[in-house]
Amino acid sequence: MDVKNILIIGANSAIAKATARLYAQENCRLFLLGRDTAALAQQQQDLLIRGASEVNIAPLDVTHFALHEAAIDQALDLFGQIDLALICHGSLPDQIRCQDDFDAALEAFNINALSVISLLTHLSARMMAQRHGCLAVITSVAGDRGRQSNYVYGAAKGMVSRYLQGLRGRLFPHNVHVVDIRPGFVDTPMTAHLPKGALWASPEQIAQAVVNGVAKRRHTVYAPAFWRFIMLIVRCIPEFMFKRLKF
Amino acid sequence: MKLTSWGRYPVCESTVNRPRSDAALAGLLHTQPPSSSIARGMGRSYGDSALAEHVYSTTALDQFIAFDEERGLLRCAAGVTLETLLHAMMPRGWFLPVVPGTWHVSIGGAIASDVHGKNHHLDGSFGQHVESLRLMLASGDIVHCSAQENTELFHATCAGMGLTGIIVDATLHLRRNNSSTVMQRTLRAHNLDEIFALFDSHHNSHYSVAWLDCLARGNSLGRSLLYLGEHANDNICRTPAKRSISIPFSSPAFLLNRYSMSLFNSLYYHKPVKELVEQRIEAKQYFFPLDSIGHWNRLYGKRGFMQYQCVIPDASAQPAMREILTRISTSGKGSFLSVLKKLGPANRNLLSFPLEGYTLALDFKFEPSTLALLDELDSIVLAHGGRLYLAKDARMSQEVFRRSYPHWEDMARIRAETGADRLFNSLQSRRLGL
Repeated sequence: MDVKNILIIGANSAIAKATARLYAQENCRLFLLGRDTAALAQQQQDLLIRGASEVNIAPLDVTHFALHEAAIDQALDLFGQIDLALICHGSLPDQIRCQDDFDAALEAFNINALSVISLLTHLSARMMAQRHGCLAVITSVAGDRGRQSNYVYGAAKGMVSRYLQGLRGRLFPHNVHVVDIRPGFVDTPMTAHLPKGALWASPEQIAQAVVNGVAKRRHTVYAPAFWRFIMLIVRCIPEFMFKRLKF
Repeated sequence: MKLTSWGRYPVCESTVNRPRSDAALAGLLHTQPPSSSIARGMGRSYGDSALAEHVYSTTALDQFIAFDEERGLLRCAAGVTLETLLHAMMPRGWFLPVVPGTWHVSIGGAIASDVHGKNHHLDGSFGQHVESLRLMLASGDIVHCSAQENTELFHATCAGMGLTGIIVDATLHLRRNNSSTVMQRTLRAHNLDEIFALFDSHHNSHYSVAWLDCLARGNSLGRSLLYLGEHANDNICRTPAKRSISIPFSSPAFLLNRYSMSLFNSLYYHKPVKELVEQRIEAKQYFFPLDSIGHWNRLYGKRGFMQYQCVIPDASAQPAMREILTRISTSGKGSFLSVLKKLGPANRNLLSFPLEGYTLALDFKFEPSTLALLDELDSIVLAHGGRLYLAKDARMSQEVFRRSYPHWEDMARIRAETGADRLFNSLQSRRLGL
């Protein structure tokens, strides 16, 4: 697919930024939505210099679901047609806090799952109408199986992955493709407080996986690719053993 | 973590911080300022100039900020690499006025080392094409410096090896260039006299550089191939290609000995060359030939290597080079890459390397006995009024430095005045007594 008009939601995330730079090199038109408009404005300049043929920005706080439809329509009005919508926003909640305090868990679900589903609802309607397009969402390997150390985040990401599976089938007859990108550990501001090891990847590596996955119309992209094997093993561990694992 | 630069010698135990914004960087400087810290870009200096106990990596400060297409002025953060910059700018018909031998360097590093290229004899060094820069001082404050504003600090920072502060962004002059290829000519010189004569007679060639067989002796001493280049003029501006192969691990060091080096050098010198024919080659291949081999530094084995780059003023360049090459060829230590290049006049930057004369760069596999040889070469260089390139250096003595860089006292004074001496100290600056 020749991607031209690209909408990026959560555009200030490290993975979104790195991906936008790759699309800028291909002279794409970009529409960036994010909370911090000063940071978006900086990114706009950067992307124009890197070769983007056009970059527009607008503020969006994804936790205000009521604003989603207008934000997407703004992009659609400008582009005429959205070729690719990339949803990148997310936050890593504090598991300990979330398991004792439902408000914290709800916030984590709102940011990581429900806001994404709201956006997908509006986007899929529009892409069905234009009978063309690609929806790409950054989920996580954490969504593949609930681990006791991180299951709120995992459940939220897992919800999105399941949602995407169903949506993929529903949109397929309408020539709309759905890509679920599941990164492993990525060195970003979201994970700045965690110690890093050999499994960690850079946002640039994930960005390349996004671009390749979209271009090759993949369904599920593990990024980097070795996570597909790790998660295969993780999913195969019998539950009576898995429940004893502290990780 | 254990950190080294491109020569993989020396090794330094360092903590590395990689701030993502100017504000985050200032925050790091404010909290527990360590006295031995230095900015680091891509770590492509060869020795210990980007090594310290605490390292501020600029690789996440990698945004383009503004481009004035009318005047060819590009402002970008210090961590943007030349590769990224050229990828963005070459397809639009722009090139950097000065590029070093690799594009895997950051803008901040290129300024701090005041790097030079194959056109130094005509266009000077990188710092001379910097319109202005913003420098974060030890206090965390940012000052704007240019040849007109905070002039002294500007000339201390360009070629300043990171010792005045951390460059956060810079505005650079680009040059219009409507082709992504270079027209190259190759000329063979049978000895040192011939290569000097060729450099003189091709002074007007935009780019020139000679590869030299450092192990040839007697009548063949200094035999070399001179590569001349001009930007093509064909209105074809392509995006440069990415790197193709990489050296996966360190080669066993014994593979590099006087016999294998001699053989390589001899074969290279005798390669068939069509002397009068212009060849069209990709700019990337002309300017950054080694960038097509990732991690080529691993060829020199686990213990790493040292690059020795000296410049000798015009007046005695020829006899000095003869002395140096004789000394090296009798020692039997040598390298794949020995590069000879004519340089133009020096500039006003306090610690800038180039002088009007000739520069010779050689790689030596790290061995304790090499250090003694290099000390001998130092005395030849000093006797002829030359000096060594700080970006390549890992072992020069304080005395050699002070005798060959006459402005070192001004540098030390400016460092004391701005408080940089209390915070920004690399292994190199400690060794050189700055």
